[in-house]
Amino acid sequence: MEKIWIQLILLIGIAAVAVTLTRSTADARHQAVRRVLLVGFVLATAAAIIYPSFLSQLARLVGVGRGTDLVLYALVIAFLSYVATMYRRMKLMDRQITALTREIALAEVRLEQAGYPTNRPPAKDAGSTLAETDPSERRP
Amino acid sequence: MTTNDDAWLVVPLYNEATVIGDVVRAALPTFANIVCVDDGSTDSSAAAARAAGALVVHHATNLGQGAALQTGIAYVVTQTDASYLVTFDADGQHQVSDAEAMVALAREEDLAIVFGSRFLDDRTKAGFLKKVILKTAVWVTNQSTGLRLTDAHNGLRVIRRDAAARVNLVQNRMAHASEIVLQLGRTRLPWREYPVHVLYTEYSKGKGQSVLNSVNILVDLVFK
Repeated sequence: MEKIWIQLILLIGIAAVAVTLTRSTADARHQAVRRVLLVGFVLATAAAIIYPSFLSQLARLVGVGRGTDLVLYALVIAFLSYVATMYRRMKLMDRQITALTREIALAEVRLEQAGYPTNRPPAKDAGSTLAETDPSERRP
Repeated sequence: MTTNDDAWLVVPLYNEATVIGDVVRAALPTFANIVCVDDGSTDSSAAAARAAGALVVHHATNLGQGAALQTGIAYVVTQTDASYLVTFDADGQHQVSDAEAMVALAREEDLAIVFGSRFLDDRTKAGFLKKVILKTAVWVTNQSTGLRLTDAHNGLRVIRRDAAARVNLVQNRMAHASEIVLQLGRTRLPWREYPVHVLYTEYSKGKGQSVLNSVNILVDLVFK
């Protein structure tokens, strides 16, 4: 009887994780791959919960001692792929931030040169230096 | 004497308030056009550069020297009609006379790119460890770029407009020094190295790259 309860709790947990994971958005192809993997994961986990000996059988089939070890190996691989995915996503985000910052910087200079005020506080003696250098040189 | 009105000095600037004013003032008589890309400095670097007479382009947040350099290049290419741009370090380790001679060389020999090299003569006094690191960097860069340079990670370069327009650095941090060589090499435009004197002051030594940082550069180059 106790076994049924823990099985129920774990199955509900898996369902909750599955629903949460599908809610994230990314580009379509990656999302499709992730969903296929997710369905496989849900099925395998559910099978392992309902038939506790299933994992051990699977482990012996591929030459690993125990089902627990198999889960650990799978976890390591999952973690590494997570790190790789996150690294790529971080790189992409870095590039987006860089592009954005660059656009703002260049737009700000254009405004400044067109004589518009910017939110950048001018240097205290900016007036005198502007007088020293020919403004036409500052313009393309 | 030829004027350098058609050249822009591009100076990536990050927290160099104590020296940037002097660097800009020393360069202004030779190069009337100086753009400092303030990479989100937390000190008064931007104000000091502006007060000294440079144009300041401001990054809202710190991105790294490579990003600052690319912003400077983008500025010169898109918003000026300059023929040459000169990348120049903010910490005062480069000589204005070297930069001037490099631009003159580019004009005379119709070169698109002139790389500064501190190992072509023996004026530059680098420590043993620094030499080993730099030579390793040179070797790695040469392996990946196909160019045969004697120095890498030297911030003093003259780049003609057509070559600069084909540079698009995505390495925000220090690995840009190899990336820019790679991209300039791919343009197949004529290039030359020129012996420059890099002055290691106590100030620049304190800011110099550590040995561990070269590990970061390698990782950045491998895992793009």
